[in-house]
Amino acid sequence: MDFDFSEDQRLLKDSVDRLIADRYAFESRKHFIKEPNGWSAEMWAQYAELGLLGLPFSEDLGGFGGGMIETGQVMEAFGRGLVLEPYLATVVLGGGLLRHAGSAEQQSELIPQIIAGDLKLAFAHIERHSRWTLNDVAVTARKDGSGYLINGEKGVVLHGDCAGKLLVTARTGGAQRDAGGIGLFLVEANDPGVSRKGYPTQDGLRAAEIAFANARGVPLGDPDDALGVIERVVDEAIAALCAEAVGGMGEMLAVTTDYMKQRKQFGRAIGEFQVLQHRAVDMFVSLEQAKSMAMYATMMAASDNAAERRQALSAAKVQIGKSGKHIGEEAVQLHGGIAMTMEYKVGHYFKRMTMIEQMFGSTDHHLAVLTDGGGLF
Amino acid sequence: MDLSFTPEEVAFRQDLRTFFTTAIPQSIRTKVLEGQHLTKEEIITAQRILNANGLAVPNWPVEWGGKDWTSVQIYIYQDEMQLNGVPSPLAFNTSMVGPVIAQFGTDAQKKRYLPAAANLDVWWCQGFSEPGAGSDLASLRTKAERVGDTWVINGQKTWTTLAQHADWIFVLCRTDPTAKKQEGISFILADMNTPGITRRPIQTIDGGHEVNEIFFDNVVVPAENLVGELHKGWDCAKFLLGNERTGIARVGTSKARLKRIRELASLEFSGGSALINDRKFREKLAACEVELKALEMTQLRIVADEKNHAKNKPNPASSILKLKGSTIQQTTTELMMELVGPYVMPFAASDEGDGRNEIGYGPDYAAGTGPTYFNWRKISIYGGSNEIQRNIVAKAILGF
Ligand SMILES: Cc1cc2nc3c(=O)[nH]c(=O)nc-3n(C[C@H](O)[C@H](O)[C@H](O)COP(=O)(O)OP(=O)(O)OC[C@H]3O[C@@H](n4cnc5c(N)ncnc54)[C@H](O)[C@@H]3O)c2cc1C
Repeated sequence: MDFDFSEDQRLLKDSVDRLIADRYAFESRKHFIKEPNGWSAEMWAQYAELGLLGLPFSEDLGGFGGGMIETGQVMEAFGRGLVLEPYLATVVLGGGLLRHAGSAEQQSELIPQIIAGDLKLAFAHIERHSRWTLNDVAVTARKDGSGYLINGEKGVVLHGDCAGKLLVTARTGGAQRDAGGIGLFLVEANDPGVSRKGYPTQDGLRAAEIAFANARGVPLGDPDDALGVIERVVDEAIAALCAEAVGGMGEMLAVTTDYMKQRKQFGRAIGEFQVLQHRAVDMFVSLEQAKSMAMYATMMAASDNAAERRQALSAAKVQIGKSGKHIGEEAVQLHGGIAMTMEYKVGHYFKRMTMIEQMFGSTDHHLAVLTDGGGLF
Repeated sequence: MDLSFTPEEVAFRQDLRTFFTTAIPQSIRTKVLEGQHLTKEEIITAQRILNANGLAVPNWPVEWGGKDWTSVQIYIYQDEMQLNGVPSPLAFNTSMVGPVIAQFGTDAQKKRYLPAAANLDVWWCQGFSEPGAGSDLASLRTKAERVGDTWVINGQKTWTTLAQHADWIFVLCRTDPTAKKQEGISFILADMNTPGITRRPIQTIDGGHEVNEIFFDNVVVPAENLVGELHKGWDCAKFLLGNERTGIARVGTSKARLKRIRELASLEFSGGSALINDRKFREKLAACEVELKALEMTQLRIVADEKNHAKNKPNPASSILKLKGSTIQQTTTELMMELVGPYVMPFAASDEGDGRNEIGYGPDYAAGTGPTYFNWRKISIYGGSNEIQRNIVAKAILGF
């Protein structure tokens, strides 16, 4: 058992933590969010320069050769800074799908572009009635010459508005909720058959509704049997989100305890009221539980045992969902009115936690998955 | 003991229901039931219809338009309004400044202010909280100094709800800086157009604009704008806050929301099956209904008990209404979010800043779900935070 980071991991962590501390102050974020894409092109270039965009890719493609631990370190720092850039969409989701499903040619063509910061990706999988069921796919892919024609609609595609290429789940066969017959297709975002409507999400990030009308798709992996790889990459994304959430929760607790020391009512710091002290302690407990489960998620996300991995990642998502909600709501309550304002930091973290709970399955969804899978022990 | 309402009360409820559902425009009621924000005009329209029919201020003294209803009747009135999506008359007018003026004001003040407040000809806002005085309201520092026949007000208020619409503000001011903190405060009225008053909007986390900061820079108002005795404003404030708490359980609102969630749950799908078929979801709805039923019974007990309490001396049990009422209202917003799943994520603020979905990302009813969840965290903060309510109950049951 060893919870320590290696020397390389320590260096990585230091440099990302420093980058976020130096460059991602809450006031800077307010400017980034107003840029045309809703995030900072300059920060994206910084991530490329630091090698963060190449983190999970193999060294022969120009990457860093990192695993889930390294991704988790970056995501935790990003959570602390409430980072807006499409890292999860491009590197974790898009990059993950390329790594696990892409052919050697696809990888050597696209991965260097990601690493250089030139290519953004988005994973289009949610449909109006699919909720979080990954095998609930109504969008179709029909063989046409050497490629496929994609038809149907995807929704809430994270950073789908700025992506250069879309990774779309679509059905080549079977019924709407069959496990088989699902493929994964690379679609050019500027294909004439693609129409996109981008919008901000509640937490200030971006997403898009995307319609496909005979858009050209190239399969990534087996066009009839991609569900396994999709599940795997979603599990990696869940682990990354868990790490991000831990960074956000830690920041919320720190801001809250700071405020409790400074804010005076009834002639004393509100942090002197024992009832509020206990509430802060409960937040701390929630944070530690979340940290533990985020670590568990990080370790288990790389497992090749799909069933075991599924249970572990669902368990982690449940804990993160519960802790994030608890810490977020309490951070607001213990601040009082000030936390209800757009100008103040805490509400934004609260909103991000709320959205993370909804991404790739809510607490209840994962509790149900865990229950149906027979539990953990 | 008898759980049923008397035949008279049943008929009373039926009459109100008929009136509310026929006289108040459907478009307004639908907006309320769907949790959308109302425009200023819609709020005014609804209140004027109520007032024209003697239903805007039943809690006031009869000579000023009140009804002399029993507390059970007041309860039925509120419940029916909420169940049918009738906008509550503006609380600042009808349950705050109105009752204070009726109780503490001079005849001239009553004549001048009460009819206009009942008809929402004048929109009032509440200038109590300050940056440094929230839960500890009595530490407020905005001061009013007597100069000739006037008060000169200097200082700052904050969190002033809907001050952007307001014509007048009632302000708690420190008039005796030497007295003990509760004893040097006065209740003063100010026209919002008086030179020296400026408003600055505060945007809330849901993207909306409902609160403001108000700055007072040598604001001169006539001496006659003092309500009640000089330095006795704290009595007005306590009286007012007591009134505020009884309306706060909003049982009818939560009932209407749960009903709507149940309906919408047949339109949302999970794994190919409507969410209403999901046992877990139904159990959560049921659990919330149980809490709400218990709160309703508690409220009815408190209401029935009011005849045993001195008028205007709220039963300390009314803190329970705030504690439970706020958390149940918040739970309904969580159920709404669970209902729409991933479609809680798109944010589409309209000019009203109410996060209303205009461009069609997912279902209509999804657009307000996130913003309402975020915004309604306020319910456990304002009107005496839930921690302060617990302090009140603790004092009552422990004596410390
Ligand atoms: C949306 C909104 C609308 C509002 N509208 C109005 C309005 O129209 N007019 C107006 O005058 N005010 C209004 N308010 C202000 C509201 O009444 C205050 O926010 C409230 O009194 C709490 O004060 P505060 O925000 O300064 O928090 P604080 O008093 O600083 O409290 C911070 C935290 O400390 C806790 N706390 C404080 N004292 C104690 C104690 N003794 N024991 C245990 N815990 C304690 C609180 O419960 C809270 O959790 C509004 C507020 C909001 C959020």
